[in-house]
Parts: sequence; structure tokens; C-alpha cells
Amino acid sequence: MSSQRCTDIEDQEDQLEDTLSDQPTSPTDIELSRRTFVKAAGILGAAVATGIPHLAAAEEAQAAAATTPQMLSVTLKVNGTAHALSLDTRTSLLDALREHLALTGSKKGCDHGQCGACTVLVDGRRVNSCLTLAVMANGAEITTIEGLAKGDELHPVQAAFLEHDGFQCGYCTPGQICSAVALLNEHKHNTLSTVSFETGHTTHPELTDNEIRERMSGNICRCGAYPNIVAAVRAVAKGASA
Amino acid sequence: MNPFNYQRATSPEEALHAVSARGAKFLGGGTNLVDLMRYDVEHPTTLIDVTHLSFTQIANTGNITVIGAGVRNSDLANHETIRTNYPLLSQALLSGASPQLRNMATTGGNLLQRTRCSYFMDTTFPAFNKRVPGSGCAAIKGLNRNHAILGASNDCIATNPSDMNVALAALSATIHVTGPKGKRAIPITDFHRLPGDTPQLDTNLKPDELITAVELPAPKFAKHSYYLKVRDRQSYAFALVSVAAGLEMDGNTIRSAGLALGGVAHKPWRSLDAEKSLVGATAGPDAFKRAATLAVSGAEPREHNAFKVELAKQSIVRALTLAAQGVQA
Repeated sequence: MSSQRCTDIEDQEDQLEDTLSDQPTSPTDIELSRRTFVKAAGILGAAVATGIPHLAAAEEAQAAAATTPQMLSVTLKVNGTAHALSLDTRTSLLDALREHLALTGSKKGCDHGQCGACTVLVDGRRVNSCLTLAVMANGAEITTIEGLAKGDELHPVQAAFLEHDGFQCGYCTPGQICSAVALLNEHKHNTLSTVSFETGHTTHPELTDNEIRERMSGNICRCGAYPNIVAAVRAVAKGASA
Repeated sequence: MNPFNYQRATSPEEALHAVSARGAKFLGGGTNLVDLMRYDVEHPTTLIDVTHLSFTQIANTGNITVIGAGVRNSDLANHETIRTNYPLLSQALLSGASPQLRNMATTGGNLLQRTRCSYFMDTTFPAFNKRVPGSGCAAIKGLNRNHAILGASNDCIATNPSDMNVALAALSATIHVTGPKGKRAIPITDFHRLPGDTPQLDTNLKPDELITAVELPAPKFAKHSYYLKVRDRQSYAFALVSVAAGLEMDGNTIRSAGLALGGVAHKPWRSLDAEKSLVGATAGPDAFKRAATLAVSGAEPREHNAFKVELAKQSIVRALTLAAQGVQA
């Protein structure tokens, strides 16, 4: 048992040396090498730390170490362009967009699906790209903030956020805008919210301010630009229905 | 996050075969599982993506509605049949999470949503029986404002956080599963379990079984139902207490009732005693208060959550009152 573990650790040290001997050739390579290094160091540390005490913990560590990273070929169609990538299964869609495709408009806020800064559209539906594994989005049509404008012509929601000053620091804004674009489309398809039930308007509810607030509740703004965000969404909704 | 293998299942048989591998888990929308993997709470060796199976339809057979396990929460909430015949389910679904998460989360995955107990989600707390059986419960003597008041044990006072499950309990749903030993149907009230001395088990689903569908019986509460969710924020927060109330009315007389609570127990807390007390009664404060008292009987609050007992009772009365008023135009 313990000799087996030693062998594992030696293997990991070899892997670590291999990792360190990689010569980065591009920014992406640098990122990958750094991540691989951190990961390899983490496994090594965990194996050493769990060397003696609990059998259960040791077995757990072995089970964890038994799984090596799996790389899969993934095709992401982002803003109309297909990208073929080879990705560690652990890569979130958000990290694939930001770190592998250099589309840094989508932001990493909480990385736990709580803040909405990473909101993108997958097959037209708004999702948290931080909780979406890139492999889950294989073959899907993805739209990010970078894909909303047509050349120099802003998407109406982008223009409305400028017009109504729907931000301060701007970090949550790409997620807010992607979310608002989806909101307007969902409303066209007569979706309800919990406010629709509270107000009793469960057929074709109007986009009142309360409806907009509820439907935008998955996007947090720490600057508190909410009144102006609601104003921007309201303006586009009114324009769309006029 | 630990490394894992990923595969897309193209048939239930393939999914069941794949899940027999040690440490393998099914993957639905990922809104809970991927999050818990990132918190280092879950360490699957293989994720079997079951969202590409054909369980994505909502079908009506006579008066019965069958919801595929892969139907996303937002699609379920907005489906015409559900909105018309089971508005209680629509309202419960739409009161949970955010639009983004509802677009991802599946029906089957929501049934298996794990507790939001902070001692569960934070691995720096060593004592947590759901993570490490036998290690103890940090919540019992810790901050337990969000924890259970009904059906808990000395080993666990965690709650089930789902809104959908509460509505399904009030609607008498049946969960259809398939596994190596064949198919079986589990009533919703037997699907989730109380913690007892094995709190690591949230449900009676076997690790090698796959949820295929949720069946709803003929609608009885289409005209008189309400899902009331009481929480610290107006939106995008888990329930302190929630109530799924459905009434079948004959004039002002209650013919049958469905009543379940969320946020108070390890499972959606359906009270058959409270439901029975409503049958034949005249809709109004007297009957509703009686039902509320019955629904929380046996409550054992902890240091920080005694408020939940009264909150639950008041919420039941309010939810039943709103349900009795019926669908507004």
C-alpha cells in the first residue's frame, strides 16, 4: 500500500518535472503550463498530506489520483464562428471563452452561478457559462457580448444601456446585457415570472418594472445601477412593442 | 476540481452501463453538481451527461401528464399544460433560482438537488455527516437559522432546498426510474427521505438508477392553488419557509386539498393530517388555522430557527387563503 503510494508520488514528481520543462511559446501555453503546474503540485501535496492517518482518507486520495485529466475535442460555435478546441473536461464554458478564445467580454464574478456576470446565450437561451462545462456546450451555438453588435451598429440593448447609464464600473454589464437580450426574447414568447403569479397576470403579462426586476434577478450589480438597468430594459421593451 | 471523464449517453442502457463504474454520476444541467464539484464537495470520476437522452417531452395521456426527466425548469414552468392544469408547479418553479439557472436545470436534477446547509458546502468544517458519515453535525450546535424544524435527527438537521419538490409533493407526483433491475415508480413522498442515522442519503433512489420521468395525476387544483415562498430577499434566494397549497372547491366547501412545506425538513414536508382536516370544511380562517397547526405539529426548532414554526403556520394560512381566492383574471 505505502510503496504503491510512493510510486504514485514518484510518477507525479516526474509529471511535475515534465510540466516544468515545457517551454511556453504563446500566452495560451503559458496559461496551460501554469495551470498544469498548480494542479500537479496540488496532487503531490494532497498525496503527501494524506500519507499516514486514515485508511478512508488514503483510499479517497487514491481514488482521486486514479483519475487523470481527460482532454476532449470540443467544437464551440461562438458568434457564428466554429472553433475546434482540445479541452480538459473541467474547463467551464466561461474559461473556454476567456482563456482559449480570448473573448474576455464575459466576466468571471463568483464562478458559482450566483452573480450572472458570466451570462451568455447558448442556442438562444441565457445560461451561466461558469456552471456550464465546455464539453456540455459541444456543438451548440453560443452568443457572447462580443457577438451582439452588427459591426459598428450596437444592439438596441447595448445602446439603451449607454443611453440610460445602466452601469458604473461595467464589470457586470456584459452579463446584464446578454440577460436583457434573452429577457426580451422570452417575453415575446409569453413566458411568465413569479411576479406574474403574484399580480395575477398569468396571460401575456406586461413588462412592468417589477416584472423586469424579477426577470433580471439573476444578474447582480454591486454598484447598484439597478434603476438605470431597469430603465434601459424598459426603454427597449417599449420600443419593441411600439 | 478533481479530474473526471465526461461522456454523453445516447440511450438509457448506455447511461446505466456507464454509471456502474466506481464514482460515476449522471449530469443534468450541472447547476448543483458542477457547483459542488467546484466547492470540493463532490468528486465524481466520470460524468455521464444524460441531457441528450430523449426524456425531453411533456406528454398528456388522458388526464395524466408525464414530464420527461430532461425537461428544463423554465420549459416546464412555461409549458401550456402545466400553466393551465398545474399552475402550482409553474409558480413553484418560477420562484426558484434565476432565469439562467432555470434554463439549465432539469426536472430529474432538481429532484436530486442537495441541501444548502453551509456546513455541507464548506469543506473546512470537518463535522458533516452528509459528507463524511459518522463525523457529526456541525449545524446542531452551530448557526442553524436555515435548518429543519420537522423530521430532523440528532445526526442531521439539513433541509431540502427545492421549490419544485414542494409543489410535486402537494400534487401527489410519482417519480419513474429505471435501473439494472428494471423500472419502478416511486411516490414523491417516498422519494426523498428523512435523515435518521444515514443522512448521507438524500433520497431512496439507488446510485445506479436513472430518473426518467415525473408523472402528475389528473389535475384537481388548477383553479385554486398558490405557492408562497418566504425568504430573506424578494427574489433569487432559498426559502426560509415555503408552502404549496392546492384546493379542490365545491362552492365554498373544500372537496380535497394538497399541502406541503419547503425549507422546514430534509424532504418536502407533506402533511396528510392537515389535508384531511380541510376536506369537507368551509374555506376560511378557522379551517386554515387548524390545518396550519396540524402541519407543524411535532416541530422541534433549534437555537436559531424557532421563528420558522410561527412563520410556517402564518404562511400556510396565507397560502390557503390565496389559493381559495382562486385564479385572478
